[in-house]
Amino acid sequence: MQKARGNLLNISKLKVVFYTYRGIIKALNGVELWMNQGERLGIVGETGCGKSVTALSIMGLIEQPGEIIEGDILFGDKILTSLKENDLINIRGKEISMIFQEPNAALNPVMKVGFQIAESIGKVKNKKIGKEVYVEVRRMLEIAGLDWERTINLYPHELSGGMAQRVMIAMALSSNPKLLIADEPTSALDVTIQAQILELLDELVKKFGNAVILITHDMGVAAEFCDKMAVMYAGNMVEYARTTNIFENPYHPYTKGLLKAVPKIGRTDELQSIQGIVPDLVEPPSGCRFHPRCKNVMEICRKDFPPLVEIKSGHYVACYLYGKEAIHNANS
Amino acid sequence: MLNTVKNIGKNEKIKLFLERRKPIIEDWKHTYYLWKSTPLAMIGTVIIFIFLMIAIFAPLLTSYSPTEQFMEERLLPPNSQHIFGTDQYGRDIFCRVVYGARVEVWIIFIVSIISVMIGIIVGITAGYFGGAVDEILMRITDMFLAFPRLVLAMVLTAVLGPNLTNTMIAISLVDWTVYARLARAEAMKVKSQPYIEAIRAIGAKDLRIIAFHVLPMSISPVIVQLTLRMGTIILTAAGLGFLGLGAQPPTPEWGAIVSDGRSYLVDQWWISTFPGMAIAFVVLGFNLLGDGIRDILDPRLRR
Amino acid sequence: MKLGTYIIKRIFLMVIVMLGVATIVFFITHVIPADPVGAILGGNAPIERVDEMRHQLGLDKPITLQFVDYIKGIVHADFGVSLKSSRPVLKDIINYFPATIELAIASMIFAVLVGVVLGVFSAIYRNKSIDHFSRVFSILGVSMPVFWLGLLLLLLFYYHLDLLPGGGRNSLFIFPQRITGLLLLDSIIAGDWTTFWDGLSHIILPAFVLGYASAASIARIMRASMLDILRQDFIRTAKSKGLSKRVVIYRHALKNALIPVVTIIGLSFGSLLSGAVLTETIFSWPGLGRYIVNALLVLDYPAVTGGTLFIAFVYSLANLVVDISYAALDPRMRV
Repeated sequence: MQKARGNLLNISKLKVVFYTYRGIIKALNGVELWMNQGERLGIVGETGCGKSVTALSIMGLIEQPGEIIEGDILFGDKILTSLKENDLINIRGKEISMIFQEPNAALNPVMKVGFQIAESIGKVKNKKIGKEVYVEVRRMLEIAGLDWERTINLYPHELSGGMAQRVMIAMALSSNPKLLIADEPTSALDVTIQAQILELLDELVKKFGNAVILITHDMGVAAEFCDKMAVMYAGNMVEYARTTNIFENPYHPYTKGLLKAVPKIGRTDELQSIQGIVPDLVEPPSGCRFHPRCKNVMEICRKDFPPLVEIKSGHYVACYLYGKEAIHNANS
Repeated sequence: MLNTVKNIGKNEKIKLFLERRKPIIEDWKHTYYLWKSTPLAMIGTVIIFIFLMIAIFAPLLTSYSPTEQFMEERLLPPNSQHIFGTDQYGRDIFCRVVYGARVEVWIIFIVSIISVMIGIIVGITAGYFGGAVDEILMRITDMFLAFPRLVLAMVLTAVLGPNLTNTMIAISLVDWTVYARLARAEAMKVKSQPYIEAIRAIGAKDLRIIAFHVLPMSISPVIVQLTLRMGTIILTAAGLGFLGLGAQPPTPEWGAIVSDGRSYLVDQWWISTFPGMAIAFVVLGFNLLGDGIRDILDPRLRR
Repeated sequence: MKLGTYIIKRIFLMVIVMLGVATIVFFITHVIPADPVGAILGGNAPIERVDEMRHQLGLDKPITLQFVDYIKGIVHADFGVSLKSSRPVLKDIINYFPATIELAIASMIFAVLVGVVLGVFSAIYRNKSIDHFSRVFSILGVSMPVFWLGLLLLLLFYYHLDLLPGGGRNSLFIFPQRITGLLLLDSIIAGDWTTFWDGLSHIILPAFVLGYASAASIARIMRASMLDILRQDFIRTAKSKGLSKRVVIYRHALKNALIPVVTIIGLSFGSLLSGAVLTETIFSWPGLGRYIVNALLVLDYPAVTGGTLFIAFVYSLANLVVDISYAALDPRMRV
């Protein structure tokens, strides 16, 4: 295994497939990802590029018909990919927590919300919550910006989207995890609520010092919230850098294409879409999966997926345009 | 130039026809593919096919008569002459079972037609006209549903006089409610479509709308449900036959044959066993096929 | 709406439906039969006897008056007098009904326990042996005719193996105390264990036969429902919280998965009542089902009317209970 690049999380050569009767979906094609403690990493990319699958792999929640067939995930000093289920259970909800896209659907419809939060805090037996746990639930609800008295006995369908997401945040942060994974937490919410939730996350994470992986298809949201960004395309990570660098100095043709398509106040040029269509993951393009759509495609791009190269300090890209000589040229 | 339309050759016309129906053809092809890859549905279909073949070719399968009595041959255990043995009147059980298949086919056929007709008429009327008509018809449906099925069928058959025809009528009168509910739901869906408003605006009368628009949409879920219920129809008919309320002797109805064998059960187990097996076999076939159909039509599983 | 309002609304609807049911039964038993008396007495009965009976049954009154009498009777729970037993039908019903209820309850308990357990384990261990077994069990269960299964099991356990009794509710020289009419319950209350075991050995086979089909459909729905629930988002959340597999299944999935099963249980009750008719006939079980069948075979109209009305009432009541429990289980229904 190569040298760990981050001190909290290191994913290397992660390959995940799904066996379906249409064929084998090669969802992740050797993903490389890493982050440090307390950092905020944004994973951006189109729907289907593998962002959620990566997140679920970290949690060890890839199930039939999916399978991790290659790669390692290192969390602190634990190799998550070789842990047994019981050990993973001890990490989930405690050291790594996750919040999901549709908060109302992500909560158990026949259980009161307070009880669901209590479950993340401590052992609950037979529908009764111990006094200490109860107090803690109240505290978490308040921290999440909810009126605990009103909310604690409600059922999920009685909550608005924003309230439900706050509940999820309360649930996820109750154990003060080292890493919080937020999988498109605001995509299903109204824009104004979106802003509120992001603000809440920002505030809480600053206070408690959790590292955050924010998965989103909205570059604007990622820009707001994250220190670093990883751009994913069709099962690979293609570019990784500090947020400012991604926006000001994108290297990968896909990243450049994405940025050209983002509307921005003050832009007067035409929005350009990236030519071609998202590849079929059952029969993906060979080598670099972006090559059929790339203006700068070369012969070598069709052969193997390009290795990840550190083109500048802290700025990584996976593209043959930037082999060793290209870096040399760029730096001179 | 004006003649080119008329001069489109026959091949062209066929091509055009198929082109326009391409999505429907694709859909059918996909359905066929799904059907082939569901082993249970295939087994069910095979069973039903065998069942139908037996019913149709009954006389070819056995040289005996289902009703003639041969007292010298009574109560014989299964042997090379009589594969399923004989009953207390010397009748070959295999022969009776085989001819019984015809009775069952007939029952399914008539019950299906009557119950579907009643169900669709009631359902469409309720769903399309809505309001008080809907309320009343739905209450009536509820009233029929308030009886356990067999009980109502039993009472109807007994009162009308126990014979095959009345059994079929009775079962139909109990079964229609299911189709009524389905037809009503469809009618309500179609009624609220914008295109219905549109054609009404240009003067289409209710009857026309019902016949050309509501009816075709309602038929398909009803047919599916019918397939799913065929097993139950057979079981109900057999139950009635067993109780003596169905086809009267000497008609070889499977339930009745089982009942015949009851007093001889201990020593001549074959009289009751084989017709019962036949019932189970056929109902199994319908259930497997029904399950398969349900899975195929489930939009989540359709890839 | 609140649970209370929902209940009231449903009860009101039930009353209306029962009125309609009564009308339908009247139609079937009084309007359709061409000549009930002739059918009962046979073709050669003397005219005076026929007229006498007609008058006795009130059949010489105009139809509308008959209907009024009929409704009055029902309201007072007076179903007339059985032509066969010459006892008031109501008494007969009260006599025989507990046996049917006991059988139905026993079957239901069996069906729910077996069905839910099989269904849940089938879903958890999908495509393993328990799943295959359960699916075969289920599909056979809904395909085999109840009466045939009953006969075969009787043949096996009674005639050949001599393990279980061949019918009836209790053996000859046992005289159970009658408190609730439910033999097993009564014998427990009275502390009469001999009667209890005797009754138990008599109820096993019919309860199994009757409950098998219901167990099969419950297992199927339970499996389907469980698989459906296990696919949902909130299960993923529960797992991501680090809850153990056991907790996820039993605390989170099960309650949600049981909701559609409750409906099936209700529907099963209906087929249980239907099946009870056949089961009681085979096992000579002295219940309402057998009573109605015997009444039908001799065209004992008052008995048929009373019995049918009663069963329809019980069935509707059961459906009402199911609907209410459904609303109680799923808070989303109490909108």
